[in-house]
Amino acid sequence: MYGFGLAKGLMVTLKNFINPPFTTQYPEERLPQHPRFRGEEFAWYEERCTGCASCAKYCPLGIIKIVTSPSETAILEGDKYNIDVFDIDIGRCMFCGLCVEACPYDALFMGSGFERGRYQREELVIGVDELREAVKRPSSWFRPQLEEAQYDPHTGEPLAWEEVGREQWPWHQGEKAGARIDWRPRRGGGEPPEDGA
Amino acid sequence: MPIRTEPVTVNIGPQHPSTHGVLRLRVTFDGEVIVDVEPIFGYLHRGSEKLAEERNYVQVLTLTDRLDYVASMTNNQAYCLAVEKLMGVEVPLRGQYLRVLAAELQRVASHLVAVGFLLQDLGALATPLMYCFRFREKILDLFEMLCGARITVSYMRPGGVFADAPPDFWPALDVLLAEASELVAELEQLLMQNEIVLIRTKNVGVLPLETAIAHSVSGPVLKASGLAWDWRKMDPYDVYDRVRFDVPVGDRGDNYDRLRVRIEEVKQSLGIVSQCVEQIEPGPARAELPFVLRPPAGAEAYGRVEAPKGELGFYLVSDGSIAPYRCKIRSPSLINLTVLRELLIGWKLADMIVTLGSIDINMGEVDR
Repeated sequence: MYGFGLAKGLMVTLKNFINPPFTTQYPEERLPQHPRFRGEEFAWYEERCTGCASCAKYCPLGIIKIVTSPSETAILEGDKYNIDVFDIDIGRCMFCGLCVEACPYDALFMGSGFERGRYQREELVIGVDELREAVKRPSSWFRPQLEEAQYDPHTGEPLAWEEVGREQWPWHQGEKAGARIDWRPRRGGGEPPEDGA
Repeated sequence: MPIRTEPVTVNIGPQHPSTHGVLRLRVTFDGEVIVDVEPIFGYLHRGSEKLAEERNYVQVLTLTDRLDYVASMTNNQAYCLAVEKLMGVEVPLRGQYLRVLAAELQRVASHLVAVGFLLQDLGALATPLMYCFRFREKILDLFEMLCGARITVSYMRPGGVFADAPPDFWPALDVLLAEASELVAELEQLLMQNEIVLIRTKNVGVLPLETAIAHSVSGPVLKASGLAWDWRKMDPYDVYDRVRFDVPVGDRGDNYDRLRVRIEEVKQSLGIVSQCVEQIEPGPARAELPFVLRPPAGAEAYGRVEAPKGELGFYLVSDGSIAPYRCKIRSPSLINLTVLRELLIGWKLADMIVTLGSIDINMGEVDR
């Protein structure tokens, strides 16, 4: 019997016609993003970075370029290398997050945004100055310490380098970030030790 | 005076809305009846197998996301199973449950895409497709919560999954499972009794079991032809031996059966997900493995899963270095596509589009 199935199908359509729309009007309305979202604005903390280039080695596409030079000035604070170049070419990045997973010092974090569209390919390279100056709202992807603190990059405050690390991890102790946290003048008068911290 | 007729060769694709990607079909017609079909592919070739040879074992995982991009979780799972076999690693139980859970959600999402686009090919423009996509969107939202991405997930790692699910994942999953029964009922009401769907799909594109086996077809296409061939049952990986589910089979192997098998599989997958939620226990989700894996030299492993489209296998050979010596991908879409010629000869142009949609190929996987 023809026509009966048509009526049934139209009932489904009618039900969905009455239901409130599922779509959102994007630029005006925004869906809530999850804290683990792997976004474009990488959060990089120079205070934590040792310039070891684990992220660059672990990137499947090799789009992170790091150039370091021995540091003369800040060695007592645990700085052994200046980071001269830290370029992330997000024009080729696929946001797999393996660089974040590889970082042993919690210096690199995924960002939380997705609106870094540009007109030129050159503008898609995030340089070291941009990384230094950026407002850092790190994603909690592969960073259990941020998840334990229930940090949400969209509602929370930007985080400073002291707040984002896993200092209980053994290899954080005595390394760059750990040295800064634990550093105290050993001799009286506040003079730094000669052999470095 | 009789009209002189001759066969006409028509190119369909590579840029065509109903070829599901950059597939080109060189079809020879006699009037409206198909005389010969030759699928031509390779337009999306990226050399994934070769690229895998110069990346280490975890980096290759990001390539597998891009094979069948509507079912990334099962690709991850197949690759991780192969690497674990190569290394001889045992995955923690919670990691296995999370994998099965993610893979079954992905199966639901993939079958929804298949069913939605089949209806689109039938001429039901956009509306039923949007019903399917609406639910798929909710699954992808869960994936974003789980691993930070919706399509290219990179969720699993050799040795488990990259991290445990966040605490707010479980309530969201319960909401999804509660809504799912309504979706399946709506799909069945909309499709399974719809006269247009029945006329267009029943007894069209019949694939006999012998032909299917001769072409080593797998997945829903083979199940619709009447053989319960499912690697989740025959060679249970992860925790599939701990959950109960049925393998749906068809009886004729026509387009309707392939559609029905997919909808039955959606039901079974949702059942597996709710069983996983009941059975999962706290514990580590990832085995302790170094970042850079070095399997023993000369080791070989073949890891396979029942992907939404069929048997997906990764064959890895190690030479003791940090990168695989050879990575062969057995992709179900490519092998299911080879049966297309047998299916189409003698049918008309409009049936060709429907039959191609019912095989459910994905060009990212055909061309690799």
